[in-house]
Amino acid sequence: MAWDSTTVARFKKQYGSGLRESSTYLGQNYMVVDSTIANEVLQILHDEEAFDYCVDLTAVHYPQREKQFDLLWILYSFERNERLRIKTMIADGESFPSSTSIWATTDWLEREVFDMFGIKFDGHPDLKRILLPEDWQGHPLRKDYGIIQQDEQWVKINLGIESGQ
Amino acid sequence: MTDPKAYLSHLELGEKDETFLDSNELIINMGPQHPATHGVLRVVLKLDGEKVLGAECVIGYLHRGVEKIAENRTYTMFNPYVDRMDYVAAVSNGLGYCEAVEKLLNIEAPARAKYIRVILTELNRLTSHQLWLGTHALDIGAMTPLFYTFRDREEILKIFEKYCGARLTTHAFRIGGCQYETYDGFERDVKKFIDEVPPKIDEYEELLTTNRIWVERTQGVGKISAADCKALGVTGPVLRASGVKWDLRKAQPYAAYSDFDFEIPTGVNGDTYDRYLVRMEEMRQSLRIIRQAVERIPEGPIMAKVPKVIKPPVGEIYHSIEAPKGELGYFIVSDGSTQPYRVRVRPPSFVNLQALDLMVRGQLVADVIAVIGTLDIVLGEVDR
Amino acid sequence: MLDYITSYLGMNTTPGQAGNIFWAVVYILIVFGGVSVAVMAMNWLERKALAHFQIRLGPMRVGPHGLLQPIADAIKLMTKEDIIPEQADKFVFWIAPLIILCASFTVYIVIPFGPTHAITDMNIGILFMLGVSSLSVLGVVMAGWSSNSHYPLLGSLRSSAQMISYEIAMGLAVLSAVLMTSLNKSGTGTLSMIGIVEAQQQQHIWFAFKFFPLGFVALVIFAIAMVAETNRAPFDLPEAESELTAGFHTEYSGLRWSLFMLGEYAAMIAVSSIAVTLWLGGWMRPFPSTLTGETWDLVFSLIPGFLFLALALIAFIGVVRMPKHPYFRIQTMGLAGFAAVLGLIGLILFVPPVRERIQDIFWFIAKVAAFMYLYIWYRATFPRYRFDQLMRVGWKVLLPISIGVLIVTAILGVAF
Repeated sequence: MAWDSTTVARFKKQYGSGLRESSTYLGQNYMVVDSTIANEVLQILHDEEAFDYCVDLTAVHYPQREKQFDLLWILYSFERNERLRIKTMIADGESFPSSTSIWATTDWLEREVFDMFGIKFDGHPDLKRILLPEDWQGHPLRKDYGIIQQDEQWVKINLGIESGQ
Repeated sequence: MTDPKAYLSHLELGEKDETFLDSNELIINMGPQHPATHGVLRVVLKLDGEKVLGAECVIGYLHRGVEKIAENRTYTMFNPYVDRMDYVAAVSNGLGYCEAVEKLLNIEAPARAKYIRVILTELNRLTSHQLWLGTHALDIGAMTPLFYTFRDREEILKIFEKYCGARLTTHAFRIGGCQYETYDGFERDVKKFIDEVPPKIDEYEELLTTNRIWVERTQGVGKISAADCKALGVTGPVLRASGVKWDLRKAQPYAAYSDFDFEIPTGVNGDTYDRYLVRMEEMRQSLRIIRQAVERIPEGPIMAKVPKVIKPPVGEIYHSIEAPKGELGYFIVSDGSTQPYRVRVRPPSFVNLQALDLMVRGQLVADVIAVIGTLDIVLGEVDR
Repeated sequence: MLDYITSYLGMNTTPGQAGNIFWAVVYILIVFGGVSVAVMAMNWLERKALAHFQIRLGPMRVGPHGLLQPIADAIKLMTKEDIIPEQADKFVFWIAPLIILCASFTVYIVIPFGPTHAITDMNIGILFMLGVSSLSVLGVVMAGWSSNSHYPLLGSLRSSAQMISYEIAMGLAVLSAVLMTSLNKSGTGTLSMIGIVEAQQQQHIWFAFKFFPLGFVALVIFAIAMVAETNRAPFDLPEAESELTAGFHTEYSGLRWSLFMLGEYAAMIAVSSIAVTLWLGGWMRPFPSTLTGETWDLVFSLIPGFLFLALALIAFIGVVRMPKHPYFRIQTMGLAGFAAVLGLIGLILFVPPVRERIQDIFWFIAKVAAFMYLYIWYRATFPRYRFDQLMRVGWKVLLPISIGVLIVTAILGVAF
């Protein structure tokens, strides 16, 4: 379902086709923007539209698509009591400018996205793995990362057996 | 508006000392096993004598890959996993997840189920705050409140056990409502509990609130301003103690909370003492909600009409609730099959823990433990 | 030889004053044994009382109601492996607990359990006590240093800083009590412990109530300072487990560690007895001057007996409430035996010759026991002070108040 509001109108005017989609699903509004303008959109949302709280930043992996990763910001505005999702698509290996200069929350959130998906963020002060050990190979939440395969690898190396299943 | 870059000065552990004047700095490690870190949390502190210059948290010791597991389980099968994240407040986790999936299916739980959910969730809020109080007081040196709060927690855990068979990881709710009807005597037990507990909460307050040593240990310690909280994404009692009157139960009501009349306690200074007061008052407000709910439980079914095989249409949803620790959110992406395509849990403790560095700068070493306690983190949720 | 021994029995002075070495040694052994038993009892009482404060039971299994627990703990500590860190300074490591122990135990020489019941009565008694108990700071620093590990070192430095800060407030409070001793008819004060109690006797008032509330404030200052002096809650930051530095006794295990605990409890009893002697009338029974006369003396002299009978009754009720299961038979019999022993002691304390002799010692020990209970109560109730706040309390709060008390006491003493 399409969604229109003053915010959307303003972005449409400014970016034209860069704003791919703005809809609402089950009562939740979201906008899909081009990865080139996404950073600016976030900056404008923070500075001018009073979305001062970045609730979450996450990613979804669609290996079949050309632009494999969906990067998502969930934003909330205290004064308007409004929640908004911003989605953008980036390709595998592409990096994205960091939002830590806009919201400080995204410090650890970006580290987790890097840890789990391998998406690098330019300008992040200290992009290293957060939940997994430093020397871990691979990025688990990608769809091509098999847990069974990882487990078998580990038990082969460390326990010398064929499979732990 | 403070500069976000100011929050991000990291410890620069790899750099060598510039001049010999810097040699006073000491880097010590509050290791993963430590009596006071509430789980396996490692904090690397950069000290100048007794003063803390910076703190870096190393987490991930309890990472179990819950989000990856979700992609390989059906929606119903994933329900028990959700309790294990914030294992202290398992009922809230279950509530958030069930409500998120219900939203995705565009169904609503019946009124009776909503009331039961509210009662159990608020009881769980009490449990979580009582555990927080006991362990926080123990870290600061007061040994006795721990035993008092655990004794009172027992009553709630008995109610949980009679209701769903488990004390801690309850798996109390199902997608579409509740599975178990309230047992005979549920209302009587809950009413007895809410009559007996207010004097006990007064007892905890008597031991601590006006105790001069407690006040000196907690006032002015770990201050964080409202602007910093919003920028860092800190929610829950920490945000409310800094003065922001915001609670998801009032701002974006879910599960029958709009039927009840309760208040949101806020603090003024944003220090540890205010967070203590806010949580104590939240306990009392929870009792108020439970009292109203128990008196007015409507009759009716407890489970909505949910298809046998849950296959939500393609789409995404984000739903968040006010867990005892802060805003707990679930972002679920469905691709039309029986297994979710992606489940993202937005853990309040993870985001709150980021604020630790800012809160302990300039404090003494003994305060670091008080601040970790006051943030009320559960490592199961931080690491998932 | 026999003459030497029996000649003392007729005298009315302490063995030290009489110069009788044999009896001095006997008294020393009695006091040493008594303090050791007291430390064990204190260990049991602490665990039980703390548990009851926290709505639990405490040790119940080793002996009826945990009465044999201290013995089990002692045996465990003695049979543990004695670990000495490799890089530690071995001689200093070995001698540090001994210094603390000697410092804590030496002060018992001058503690008066009665008008002539002390090992000796130096005319500088209180000065001796304060001075020798300060030597334990040396032991603390040596323990931290010799462990060759920076956490115990930091802990021991903090501990020693805390101890010497609070000694000043202690000393000034003691000074104001000593000033009060000079207000008797002869106009001369005294530093001897027995002399201080006798001064209270002559002035017909316990110094805690003299120039009320001045004496009481001095007592409170001393009571707070003595808790900090012995590193007990709420001033136990150097020993606390949840802080980063785990205290100066981290590297000690087994018997050496138990020596530290022994020294700590002995120091607690020693400073409590200073407080009792200086302010609470030492061995005098309560209300010595307001409730005078033969009958009141009789009433108060019956109290020890009744106390032990009451304890025997409580133990007996415990026996009755024991579970009636064969596994509990030995415990029930043990508790019944304990109750019987207590009752027997109570009955013996009713016999007139014993009754008269035991008065002084009983009241002294009862008052010290009250202070010990207070120590446990503090530990159960209060959170811990942070180190800088602890130092602030010692220097910025207690010190000015104790100076003030001293000055006002001096002024009032001259005025009246």
